Amino acid sequence: MIPLSKPKKGASGKTGMWRTEKPVLDKERCTNCLLCWVFCPESAIYRTEDKVEIDYEYCKGCGVCANECARGAIKMEEE
Amino acid sequence: MLGREEIERKKIKEEGTTVIETGNHAVSLAAKFARADVVAAYPITPQTQIVEEIAKFVENGEMNAKFIRVESEHSAMAACIGASATGARAFTATSSQGLLLMHEMLFAAGGYRLPIVMANVNRSLFPPWNILVEHSDSLAQRDTGWIQFYCASNQEVFDTTIQAFKIAEEVNLPAMVNLEGFIMSHTHMPIELPMQDAVDRFLPRREHLWKLDVDNPGTFGSMSNPEYYVLMRKGIEDAMKEARTKILDVNTEFEREFGRKYEPIECYKCEDAETVIFAMGTIGKESKRAVDELRNEGVKAGVARIRLFRPFPEESIKSIAEGKKIIIFDRDCSFGKGGVLSTEIRSVLDKPASSYVVGIGGLDVPYTTIKKCVERANGQKDEWITEVHP
Amino acid sequence: MKMEDIPKEELVLSGHSACQGCPLTTAMRTVLKALGKRTIMAIPACCSAVIQGMYPNSGVNIPLLNVPFETTAAVCSGIEAGLATQGIDDVNVLGWAGDGGTYDIGIQALSGAAERGANFLYVCYNNEMYSNTGVQRSGATPKHAWTTTTWKGKEEERKDMPSIMVAHNIPYVATASISHPIDLYEKVTKAKSIKGTKYIEILAPCPPGWRFDYSKTIEVAKLAVQTRAWNLYEVENGKYRINATIRRPKPIEDYLKLQQRFKDAVKDTEKVREMQANVDARWQWLEKMVEITN
Repeated sequence: MIPLSKPKKGASGKTGMWRTEKPVLDKERCTNCLLCWVFCPESAIYRTEDKVEIDYEYCKGCGVCANECARGAIKMEEE
Repeated sequence: MLGREEIERKKIKEEGTTVIETGNHAVSLAAKFARADVVAAYPITPQTQIVEEIAKFVENGEMNAKFIRVESEHSAMAACIGASATGARAFTATSSQGLLLMHEMLFAAGGYRLPIVMANVNRSLFPPWNILVEHSDSLAQRDTGWIQFYCASNQEVFDTTIQAFKIAEEVNLPAMVNLEGFIMSHTHMPIELPMQDAVDRFLPRREHLWKLDVDNPGTFGSMSNPEYYVLMRKGIEDAMKEARTKILDVNTEFEREFGRKYEPIECYKCEDAETVIFAMGTIGKESKRAVDELRNEGVKAGVARIRLFRPFPEESIKSIAEGKKIIIFDRDCSFGKGGVLSTEIRSVLDKPASSYVVGIGGLDVPYTTIKKCVERANGQKDEWITEVHP
Repeated sequence: MKMEDIPKEELVLSGHSACQGCPLTTAMRTVLKALGKRTIMAIPACCSAVIQGMYPNSGVNIPLLNVPFETTAAVCSGIEAGLATQGIDDVNVLGWAGDGGTYDIGIQALSGAAERGANFLYVCYNNEMYSNTGVQRSGATPKHAWTTTTWKGKEEERKDMPSIMVAHNIPYVATASISHPIDLYEKVTKAKSIKGTKYIEILAPCPPGWRFDYSKTIEVAKLAVQTRAWNLYEVENGKYRINATIRRPKPIEDYLKLQQRFKDAVKDTEKVREMQANVDARWQWLEKMVEITN
């Protein structure tokens, strides 16, 4: 038994299960300012070519992204 | 022209030599010969000379190491842990209160399974203040997952420290070498120093099985469920068992390379003895004189000096003790139970044994006292000897 | 720099067990991105130790040593020395601790390491209390804040830890906030380029501890800066510089009233006045320090 653990996504499970509300991104309104991406405590928002995507497998639904989006492009919706 | 000191140094390098040195210097020299990479230490009487000497070695380039002048013993062990976790060879030395302050970190070093080596200069514990020898400081660290050796001469201190690195690195456990405050730490005795290349041969660089490596990241000390926690703790116990055999192998290899023989228990006239004394450190050595005197008077006595306390050499103790009257000397006490060594030895015997707590706070223990204890031992009594000549 | 210059690669992996809206993971993401993969981190007993997930997995993708509470900086000293003796000189050493592990139990080891000039970056993510054990008062808890060991509000002012670190004459001390990620990223990048002990303290408002809705973590952090309750500055070789000049600060109440931990304090006008006077005095002090040292 080595006393060392190895990096792994989901070390505490699929944390998307924690969510009661889910952030929904309106890609039309999104200007790709990356505020949601940089503030996400869960590393659950990732950057694609020119937009961001939400990883619902791990997003805990805290709503920080929706609260911080300057364009109102993210809305929290009940699961 | 080389100065006297330089000639001496050159000679040591090329031929090996005998020096007359204190126990503390034996430790510093051993750390140098073992090529410790990182030394983190804090001064405390009677260990201070070790720190001073190593600082000198590092500053004058004799020792290619980083010396971290930490602000406490707790940080000394913390820094050793950090260094060892990167794969470096880490060393420290302490005593008494310093060792007690390290206690938490000793468990950490054992739990991470890091092969850190430490010299501890046995000293009494506060209060009241007393800087003389007692084994209570290191015996209080019994359960921390450290291999523990107890020495009785400066040569043994030097040799055991070199061996400790090899053993620790082979079984991935930290190792502590104990020497006695003042009786050894400040007493000059001859030490045969080996040639550096012989030590290098005996103690090659060994890649740590687990370390902090940016090319292969891993986390030490993650939260663990009982299912994993129990296996990691059992791993420490298993490594201790493995150490029992490894220590014998290392002793053999050491004897082959350097010609000096060590065993977990040093026996003197035990074979035909009717009475066997068990003791650690210099009391074990002083007991030889008592044994000789007793034998002159027709009492067939012998002494078994326990060098290795963890892992505890219980099978050897059983076989040495078989058919003999047993008398155990402790320079320590677990209040409410008595001598720690006695408790441990009795746990593997199936018969009564006499126990004496002696030499507390550095109280002198002459062979006459040991002899007197042997003469009046009845196999039942636990006794504190509170005078030099009881 | 721009937001898009912050690297995409995540070194804090999704699926850790931090609370919703946790500030520490946001802070750690940015700090680790600035330092890069060639970084070794030591973390004491704190939320950061718990949120990594369970053995045999870890939610952090760099080498990490979890250490006893008071030892972060001492362990970092050892890591630095261990790497140096092996000729490894391109790896950053990061000590990452909360305010309990920094202001209180870890201050001795940190002071020792800083005095020795150990070459590492120490980051204190300051949530102004012992959050992992359930919201107890620390040396960083502000006066009048409710905690589970100060039910009627803390009676004492907090320590000025950044000044304590400046007094160690280390080459770099900075304060940051999770609400200002570019500022934080730039500070870490700067610290990375400096040899010696570097200290960065990041304000990390904790939703369950400060008692606000977890969607408002960044909003609260931002208000701390806008009201001057938390000032962004850096001290490079003794020279002070303010990084976010707040010309028209919002009243301190705007910050306090979002947090239930101040719910009793905000009802007491005397206490609010005192807190306002404190942040005003602190700002004046900061401006004075800029003037004196430049």
